[in-house]
Amino acid sequence: MKNSIIIFRKQVKDTGRNLALGIQFIMFPLMAIIMENAIQVKDMPPHFFVGMFAVMHIGMAPLNVMAAVISEEKEKNTLRMLFFGSVKSVEYLLGIGGFVFSACMVGTVVFAVVGGYGGVEFLRFLLIMAAGICVSMLLGAVIGILTKSQISATTIATPTMMVFAFLPMLAMFNETIAKVADYAYSQQVQLMLNGLASGTRTEPKSLLVIAVSAVIAVGMFIYAYRRSGLL
Amino acid sequence: MENQFQTKEFQTEDNKQLDQNAIAIANVSHRFGDKEVLKNISLSVKKREIIGLLGPSGAGKTTLIKIITGQLVPTSGSVKLAGCDMRSPSPAIYRRIGMMMDDCGLYERLSCYDNLRLYADLYRIDHDRVEEVLKWVGLYEARKCPAQKLSKGMRGRLMLARAVLHRPEFLFLDEPTSGLDPATTGHIHELIFGMCKEGTTVFLTTHNMTEAEKLCKHVALLNEGKIVEYGEPQEINRKYNHMNRLKIRLYSGKDLDLPNTEEAAEQVYEYLQTRQIETIHSTEPNLESVFLELTGQRLQE
Ligand SMILES: Nc1ncnc2c1ncn2[C@@H]1O[C@H](COP(=O)(O)OP(=O)(O)O)[C@@H](O)[C@H]1O
Ligand SMILES: [Mg+2]
Repeated sequence: MKNSIIIFRKQVKDTGRNLALGIQFIMFPLMAIIMENAIQVKDMPPHFFVGMFAVMHIGMAPLNVMAAVISEEKEKNTLRMLFFGSVKSVEYLLGIGGFVFSACMVGTVVFAVVGGYGGVEFLRFLLIMAAGICVSMLLGAVIGILTKSQISATTIATPTMMVFAFLPMLAMFNETIAKVADYAYSQQVQLMLNGLASGTRTEPKSLLVIAVSAVIAVGMFIYAYRRSGLL
Repeated sequence: MENQFQTKEFQTEDNKQLDQNAIAIANVSHRFGDKEVLKNISLSVKKREIIGLLGPSGAGKTTLIKIITGQLVPTSGSVKLAGCDMRSPSPAIYRRIGMMMDDCGLYERLSCYDNLRLYADLYRIDHDRVEEVLKWVGLYEARKCPAQKLSKGMRGRLMLARAVLHRPEFLFLDEPTSGLDPATTGHIHELIFGMCKEGTTVFLTTHNMTEAEKLCKHVALLNEGKIVEYGEPQEINRKYNHMNRLKIRLYSGKDLDLPNTEEAAEQVYEYLQTRQIETIHSTEPNLESVFLELTGQRLQE
C-alpha cells in the first residue's frame, strides 16, 4: 500500500511535467466552462455542453493516459526497475490507476459545478462519471499492457478513444449511428447525464450496458494481465 | 569442451571456495533466435573484488550482465548470485543489487533529486541519503535539473548514484565510462574504488583495456561470446611475455625491433659493447595486445 502511494506521488510529478498528458485531464472541463458561458441558444437542452464534453472527458483522458503511462514505463525500462525496487504489479496498477482516477474526478467535479448540480444530483453525476472513467481506465490499461512501446500504444488508443468519445456526439445527428452507439458505455453515460440534466428517469438499459461493458473490460484486463504480465 | 580454460579453472575451485563466491556462472549459453551470443561461459567472482569483463562491442557483455541480474534467462547453464538462482530470482535479492546500464530506466522528466527520492522511498531509506549520494557523485548543484537535460557524463553519474543509493552488496556496471571525457571517467573510477573499499562486489564491463587494468582485480576477456582468457591483468600480461619485444635505435639512425629471445640478446649485447645503442626499451604486452594475439581482433576500432 505504501508503495502505491509512492507510485501515485511519482505519477503526479511526472504528469505535471508532461504537457501532452496533463492537458488531457483539463481540456474538456476547460472547454465546458468556456462554451457554457460563451454560447447560449434558446432550444438547446440544459447544460448541453457539460454533458457532451463530460462524455468526451470519459472517453479520452483515462484511456489515453493509462495506455501512455504503462507503455512508456515498459519502453523506457522504468517499470522493470520499479519491480527491482520491490514494487508489486498490483501496487503499481493501484498507484497509477489511483492517480488517473483522481485526476479525472477533479475534472468531473468541474463539470458538476459548471452544470449547476447540487446535493444528491451532484453525487449521482460523480457516480455516473466514475463508472465511465473506470471502464475507460481498464481499456487503457489493456492497451498499455498488450503493447510494447508508447507509439504502438497510441496507435491503438487513439482510434479506440475516438470511437467512445465521439460516438455519443455523432449519435445525436444520425439515427443509424445512434442504434450502434446504444451498445457503447459512453453513449449510455451520455443518456444518463442527459436524464440527470432534464430530470427524467434512468433507463435500466443504460445501467445494463455499462455493467456489461465493465465486466467485459475487467475480463479483457485479466486476460491481458495473465497473458503478458506487466512487463 | 569449447571453453577449456575456464572450465578447468572452475573445477579446480574446491567446494568451500565455491560457497564464498559471490557470483557463480556455470556453462551458460544464450541464443537470440538462431544466433548464439554466449557460448558455454563459466566464471566465478569472489566477494569484495572488482571484476571486469573486457571485450569489443557485440561480444555479449551486456547480455551476460542481464543474465546475472535476472533480466534474461539463459538458454542453458546455471547462474547464482549470493546463492540465489538468478534464472528465477526472488524479489528480495534486488535489495542487495545495484545496477547501472544503458536502459536502466531514469524518469526523464523528473529531476535528479526526484529520481533518487522515488527509490529512497521504495527502499524506505532516509532522504538524507539522497543528498549524500548526490554530493558523492557531484550532482548536488544539479539536483533540480530534469534527467533529460543532463549531459552524458551527468547522466552516468545519476545512474551510478541510483545504483548505490541503497548501499548494495553487488554493483553491476555496464560500460560505466563509455563515451565520457577523461575527467568524468577518472571521477567515476574513484567512486568505483570507493564502493569496493566499503565492501561492495563490483562487476563491470568495458571495452577499454586501460580501464580494466586500472580497476579490476580480475578480468575476463570476452570475444564473440567466449571467454578467451581470465586472470589478474598483470598475470595475464606476464603469461604472454613471449610477446615482449625490444625496440632499439642505433646511433647510425637504424631502428631495430627484436623479439626478446636468446639470439636477440647476443646481438643486443654486441651493440651494447660497441656502444652503438642510442635508445632501448622493451614493449610489454598489455591486455590490448593479448586480446589481439588471442582473437585477431582489436578491442576498439
Ligand atoms: N534482444 C536481442 N535480440 C537479438 N539479438 C541481440 C539482442 N540483444 C543483443 N543481441 C545481439 O547479441 C550480441 C551481443 O550483444 P551485447 O550483449 O549487447 O554485446 P556487448 O554489450 O558486448 O556490446 C550482439 O551481436 C547483438 O546484436
Ligand atoms: Mg553492451
